[in-house]
Amino acid sequence: MTKQRIIVVGNGMVGHKFIDNIINDEHVDYEVITFSEESRLAYDRVQLSGFFSGKSAEDLALTDADYYNENGIKFVLNDKVVKLDTENNQVVTQSGRIESYDKLILATGSYPFVPPIPGNDQQHCHVYRTIDDLEAITASGKVSKVGVVIGGGLLGLEAANAVKNLGLETHVVEFAPRLMAVQLDQGGGQLLRRKIEDLGVQVHTEKATTEIVAGESCRYRMNFADGTFLETDTIVFSAGIRPQDELARQFGLTVGERGGIVINNYCQTNIENVYAIGECALWENFIFGLVAPGYQMAKVAAGHIKGESLEFTGADMSTKLKLLGIDVASIGEVHGKTPGAQSYTYHDEIEQVYKRLIVSADGTKLVGAVLVGDAQAYGSLLQLLLNDMQLPANPSVLILPSSGEEAGAGLGVEALPDSAAICSCFDVTKGDIKSAVAAGCCSMGDLKDATKASTGCGGCSALAKQVLDSELASLGFEVNNHLCEHFAYSRQELADIVRIKQIKTFDHLLSEHGHGLGCEICKPAVGSILASFWNDYILQDEHMELQDSNDIFLGNIQKDGTYSVVPRIAGGEVTPDKLIVLGEVAKEFDLYTKITGGQRIDLFGAQLHELPIIWQKLIDAGFETGHAYGKSLRTVKSCVGSTWCRYGVKDSASFAIELENRYKGLRSPHKIKFAVSGCTRECAEAQSKDIGVIATDKGWNLYVCGNGGMRPRHGDLFASDLDDQTLIRYVDRLLMFYIRTADRLQRTSVWLENMAGGLNYLKEVVIEDKLSICSELEQAMRDNIDNYQCEWKTTISDPQKLQRFKHFINSDQIDNHLAFKRDRKQRIPATAVKIQKIDVLELTE
Amino acid sequence: MSQWTKICKFQDLTPNTGICALFEQEHVAIFYCQRSEQLYAVSNFDPIANASVLSRGIMASLQGEIYVASPLYKQHFNLQTGLCLEAPEHQLKTYLVRKENDEIQLKHAS
Repeated sequence: MTKQRIIVVGNGMVGHKFIDNIINDEHVDYEVITFSEESRLAYDRVQLSGFFSGKSAEDLALTDADYYNENGIKFVLNDKVVKLDTENNQVVTQSGRIESYDKLILATGSYPFVPPIPGNDQQHCHVYRTIDDLEAITASGKVSKVGVVIGGGLLGLEAANAVKNLGLETHVVEFAPRLMAVQLDQGGGQLLRRKIEDLGVQVHTEKATTEIVAGESCRYRMNFADGTFLETDTIVFSAGIRPQDELARQFGLTVGERGGIVINNYCQTNIENVYAIGECALWENFIFGLVAPGYQMAKVAAGHIKGESLEFTGADMSTKLKLLGIDVASIGEVHGKTPGAQSYTYHDEIEQVYKRLIVSADGTKLVGAVLVGDAQAYGSLLQLLLNDMQLPANPSVLILPSSGEEAGAGLGVEALPDSAAICSCFDVTKGDIKSAVAAGCCSMGDLKDATKASTGCGGCSALAKQVLDSELASLGFEVNNHLCEHFAYSRQELADIVRIKQIKTFDHLLSEHGHGLGCEICKPAVGSILASFWNDYILQDEHMELQDSNDIFLGNIQKDGTYSVVPRIAGGEVTPDKLIVLGEVAKEFDLYTKITGGQRIDLFGAQLHELPIIWQKLIDAGFETGHAYGKSLRTVKSCVGSTWCRYGVKDSASFAIELENRYKGLRSPHKIKFAVSGCTRECAEAQSKDIGVIATDKGWNLYVCGNGGMRPRHGDLFASDLDDQTLIRYVDRLLMFYIRTADRLQRTSVWLENMAGGLNYLKEVVIEDKLSICSELEQAMRDNIDNYQCEWKTTISDPQKLQRFKHFINSDQIDNHLAFKRDRKQRIPATAVKIQKIDVLELTE
Repeated sequence: MSQWTKICKFQDLTPNTGICALFEQEHVAIFYCQRSEQLYAVSNFDPIANASVLSRGIMASLQGEIYVASPLYKQHFNLQTGLCLEAPEHQLKTYLVRKENDEIQLKHAS
């Protein structure tokens, strides 16, 4: 039998999802060929704005050539399909290529709508849809001071975030009277506007742009219908999308009056073997501009081809997202179109939270909801709506802030019906999770493997975990927070045992409180606890097995097995002489040299046998280890402060150095970063750090539990106008409390978010000493500080330890697998092979 | 039949960790589990990360089997069979290892 030939036009998120669904069919082989007019295979458009916060095109990629090749998928990039011949089942591309098909899938997506405003086609006017668009916006950003986004909808605000991240003065111009008019009601829109304006983005509503002409103070001037104007250097249009149905329109497929390729419940167009899926498709006169419905269509179309009986029956358009750091959610119908509907509104102007619940006339069912500033209730509310569930007797509890213990008020997951969709990316229902648990899944890892739940956007992970736990509990399993199979305790419990019983070694702890031999989960966790409390030399024989490679070799392992060298440069302050030593050492050992984000210098490519020699030279020059390899204090970043800066209020550099020297070497559940800014301009970016200190004219403001990186969080203001001693006292207490109570590999941000009672409770413990443990915490910190040692200094003075620093125990040969090349005059690994990604049960960084 | 080759002194091993040995031009990771008094030897080359690093991983027991977790991407390799737990298409070469008069010795598995 010859293989069925499938052509997929468009390789966006939905087109790729279709291919993924087809690949997963084990029974039949299909010959699949996909065309894309873009230069890249499918990437995550939903996360597009991540491009501006440092994600590369590769990070956003949903697939790659290897994956397609392995699965026999042919792909053609940069070549657009321009002709359809549905009689002879053929397509023709721009380059003249002709291909025949048995089934044709149109996944052409949408294009951004650009309002027909004179002057809209100038060099620095852009749209926001593809990576190429983003690159063009970035290029304009470099030669601009002011940027305007036309469109205050969901995508427009994403675009505004991008423009803001480029460092431009940012404006949003919206035709409607409020932001996100489709998803939000008036109250929600107003609060969102206020929050966005607080972030420095200026919002102009009820503005219709009539023309874009040359400006006076900026490159362009936008004239509005009401006679006002706005000047800007760059413009981004984000005024909605239109289905990309040109091909269908030209070659005889039925399209809707206002665009979109008409499809039936099987995603077939009016021609039986031609399907349309995603944003180009029109179902029941509706275009679905979200990815989840597109994925559903992909599944239905693939299923139909395989002979399964799936149908597309519409999709919920509820959304939850973070716009410019603000949580926004919209569920169901929120514009009062449901007859007799009534609402509950909770509006907290202090914390800037708005929640509105719209319920049916008889008050028993949820109709819709708007959440701005706090969208935690989204999961529960959505389930109430989707499953048409009965509301509790007093529905207001669903949006009122929970009073401490009963956090997450609303509904227990037990109340959900089996049909409740938990993961919409992979269409996993509560029933699917139940059967997976019945079949033996007992951890999130198992569940992800078995059902793929929470492996897409990850937005459902909390809910999926709750369902998992509740199912396990109902099957009689005791749901545990055990560290691993060797210890029936949480990290916090283990820390208490170690501290109270004064346990000093892993062997001791394992023999009295654990069983088995230990693993890569419990060993480093216990190693960290022991180091936090007793601060012994981590390479003592009895601690050696507990250390990750990074800690054993006191460097950060790189992908080829070499290590990086990062000496401490407290506060980022370094003398020219020391800088010269770094340069000389790097030159002698041919180390790739890069400035880090933590204001120090990273030297890459050192081999094991070189590490002690390098460190001897650095220590001789007065350097000490930077603990870049440890779950410990990394850096205290600082601005130059009042010493030089004409705006500086306090001497931030000196204080940063003092703090860094105080806490250096402090082992903790995860790495810790500090920053100290000398004035409110906040050049040290202290609010994105675990501990952030900002000078005021009266002292220091202390911010805690911020985070940068993958999951950014602004630090919370913990106390204001502190003197040096008080601040240090609070930090001593807070860090020790974190060390005692956090989970393994839990950053301070997540620790605080999971803390019952939250920030107020933390203040009560640290400032008011509610638990009467502060003197103990301070003492523990003093002990730790008293036991500080530079691990490299200790190591190089111990000949026995130095024996480990060579590749072979029995030879002086070096690792012959290492290969280097030169790039931009520096030495880098020459590994040509792409690392194959294989998920593991648990990944630490 | 191949012969046992001396690699190093038993004291050169640190309990419950690995070291890398050069054995007939092959990189071999030798692990010593003190709690069970067992020695293990597998190829040092991590086939997933393409680097000679496995001796630097943490030893782990999972449901009675003993593994090393790769220091780079944390996949588990069974120290007895060489099989990768997460990706069984990868299997490390295993070697025979013993302690003889305070010496650690290696030999090819037949």
